[in-house]
Amino acid sequence: MERKIERQTLHVFLTGELDMKNATELKNTIDMEIDKKGIKTVVLHMGDLNFIDSSGLGVLLGRYKKLLPLGGKLKVADVPPHIFKIMEMSGLPKIIEFISDETA
Amino acid sequence: MKVNKMNFTFSSLPENVTISRMLASALGAQLDLPINELEELKVAVSEAVSNAIIHGYNNNPDNFVTLELEASAEKIIIQVIDTGCGIPDVKQAMQASYSTDPERMGLGFIFMQSFMDELKVESEVNQGTKVIMVKNLKNLQPSH
Repeated sequence: MERKIERQTLHVFLTGELDMKNATELKNTIDMEIDKKGIKTVVLHMGDLNFIDSSGLGVLLGRYKKLLPLGGKLKVADVPPHIFKIMEMSGLPKIIEFISDETA
Repeated sequence: MKVNKMNFTFSSLPENVTISRMLASALGAQLDLPINELEELKVAVSEAVSNAIIHGYNNNPDNFVTLELEASAEKIIIQVIDTGCGIPDVKQAMQASYSTDPERMGLGFIFMQSFMDELKVESEVNQGTKVIMVKNLKNLQPSH
């Protein structure tokens, strides 16, 4: 998966589908950057993501929980409407910041 | 319309979660399910099959999950069957935020319940679990 680091912000560009098949890889990739590079803010760009289920949402919740005590933040950008609907049911929009790519 | 039945048994591997929901989605598309309903069907199947692999078989890839699909003019019936560890307390497991893993959200059954018209879970400890989900096709409101 494509990613870039700007100052202390990690940008991850998600494509395709996020389920139990690739959830662990995403989790490990993000955690490694947080642990080794002192990343404070993680922005997940979801414009090209077309599927997410609770395994994927679990990665988001887990990263939110990991960043919180470090004084960091998790943000999600460009969430497609049908994916937002699923996120809404999970309650994640109450704790995670949603942004559009312009402000990322 | 003749009842269309299919039965797909596969290894308890994560990549088969994708194939399972694609199959259900392809069947739904043939029945002219609207796109938002197809998305919901995909999530429900994904949750049921993920549960079978993660919880039923504790991520052991050497087991088998069966996906049974049955489509008629009235409804789609989807069954996901594993012969894994079973759920000791189905009622408790189906509650929101019940998860045995902090990285997971405990939303699997909530999504299945919300996105399907009927959800039934039959489980026996050490025998396995059968999840039965129904999507009614009549009175579907076309949207999006």
